[in-house]
Amino acid sequence: MQRDVIAPLVIAALVALAPFAGQTDYFIHILVQILLWGFIYTAWSLMGRFGLVSLGHGAFMGIGAYVTVLLWNFFELTPWIGMPIAVAAAVALAAIVGWPCVRLRIVGHYFALVTLALTAVVALSIVGLRDITGGSLGLTPNREAAGTSIYAFQFASKTVFLYVALVLWLIGLFVWRAVDRGMGRYALQAISSDEDASASVGINVGVEKIRIILLSAGLTALGGAVFGQYQMYINPETVSGIGVSLQIVFAVVAGGMFVQLGPTVGAAFTLILAETLRILIGNEYHAADTTIYGLMLVLFIIFMPKGILGAVFAGLERAKAKAA
Amino acid sequence: MLEVRDLTKRFGGFTAVSGVSFDLAEGEILGLIGPNGSGKSTTFNCLSGLYLPTSGNVRFQGRDIAGWSSSRVCHAGIARTFQIPRPFKNLTILENVAVSAYYGRARSVSRREAFVHAEEALAMVRLPVDPTLGIGGLGAAGLKKLELARALATGPKLLLADESLGGLDESEMDQAADMLQAIRRDKGITIIWVEHIMGVLMRVVDRVMVLDHGEVIASGTPAEVAAHPKVIEVYLGSDPTARQHAQA
Repeated sequence: MQRDVIAPLVIAALVALAPFAGQTDYFIHILVQILLWGFIYTAWSLMGRFGLVSLGHGAFMGIGAYVTVLLWNFFELTPWIGMPIAVAAAVALAAIVGWPCVRLRIVGHYFALVTLALTAVVALSIVGLRDITGGSLGLTPNREAAGTSIYAFQFASKTVFLYVALVLWLIGLFVWRAVDRGMGRYALQAISSDEDASASVGINVGVEKIRIILLSAGLTALGGAVFGQYQMYINPETVSGIGVSLQIVFAVVAGGMFVQLGPTVGAAFTLILAETLRILIGNEYHAADTTIYGLMLVLFIIFMPKGILGAVFAGLERAKAKAA
Repeated sequence: MLEVRDLTKRFGGFTAVSGVSFDLAEGEILGLIGPNGSGKSTTFNCLSGLYLPTSGNVRFQGRDIAGWSSSRVCHAGIARTFQIPRPFKNLTILENVAVSAYYGRARSVSRREAFVHAEEALAMVRLPVDPTLGIGGLGAAGLKKLELARALATGPKLLLADESLGGLDESEMDQAADMLQAIRRDKGITIIWVEHIMGVLMRVVDRVMVLDHGEVIASGTPAEVAAHPKVIEVYLGSDPTARQHAQA
């Protein structure tokens, strides 16, 4: 068995046991957050690791959350159907924005800017359509009477959501593994290095790029949809918007976007950091945590470009090489 | 195998290639020479799909491939190298070639077969097949070989070799020339070889075509072309040092 199968399964088994160890709701809540965000960060890294730095994932996440909740509130459409529709909507939007980018060779900073604009448009649309979406006040899914309903994808118990999040997270890691072990990874790495040279050896650059973009966007929307159901409240700031897009990039850079568990480490690191700062500093200095975030992002990019986990693995490799 | 008719490429008001026509028989090595800026690389890029020709036809094995995308041209059986090596920097040497073998054959081979083809191509150009080696350790000659290995791995019928000698010393040039000969002999691959210096090229090719200002000014055997007055005038010029350089 390989490391990229064993490690996720071992961690999943440990997490699955957490509720039996008599953990508090708060602890379970943090775990769910780490898993859900870890999934979204992993989805982002699927394309981010190939130099496709998207600041548009806030848009995909927002569409995932909002479409699901709106279909439920207005048409009583179960999230079991609503979520796939939301994912399809995000994938369609990714195709509409992504294909011209691919064809016109918008790469690097320009790609980041186009996707940033996408996030802004989606967030502003959510705010602007306040009669439908509730605007910046946010939106709550209509609650099923009992609080728990499989049909409504609503679970009063955090423990149930822990398992939902765990499954989702594992799906993300196995998609990562599939991409990582396929020839497509080499193609995408080649493309990120030199598009003309890639095309000259028979790689269909456009198709390879758009495929990974759509995959990444779709999974991110799925993460957003489940996140909305978990929080039972969504607003443009928490599931969409530029803040979310930047948060994704920061966490992934911190954790390491080139290794399978890097994005998850990023999720754990940023969430624990945010919680610690919140407890230490309190709500008095409102932007203190974001400021420290920003500072750390700069430090990470300069001193640890491979992220925490990437740096750890690189260190282990060096130690192994020295020992041999 | 290849018929090029009236190939023309304009960039705005500038005509880089103007009405170039030639035929290429299977198994031939055609040298394409000319001074810098004569349209060699543009011709090349039109054949390989990197540029869309402004007008003209390119028929390869009976199919009109003018205007096809690079990847489609590659799948049809035409591989190219780049004048300035363009390796995939984030892949190892072996992966560089394996990804070419896999996608160059339009994904018709398995991953394992792709790596076997890659090892063969690396052996052919005498590069190490050690899977852990990155491209960092390759010098100018090594990178040229990698270009060649990548092109060969795609399983081409026609190889477009762009300035395979640039930046090489004399013994490396001889080696590269021998390698192209071996590729034709052992693999039966037809070759168009572009170079701006004549030197070693004349020893290897069957036929030479000379471009100047985007037009074909001479074509024939190496001996015929070298003696062609127009070639001597336009290509070598009247400057004696240039002539010496070309003959060296």
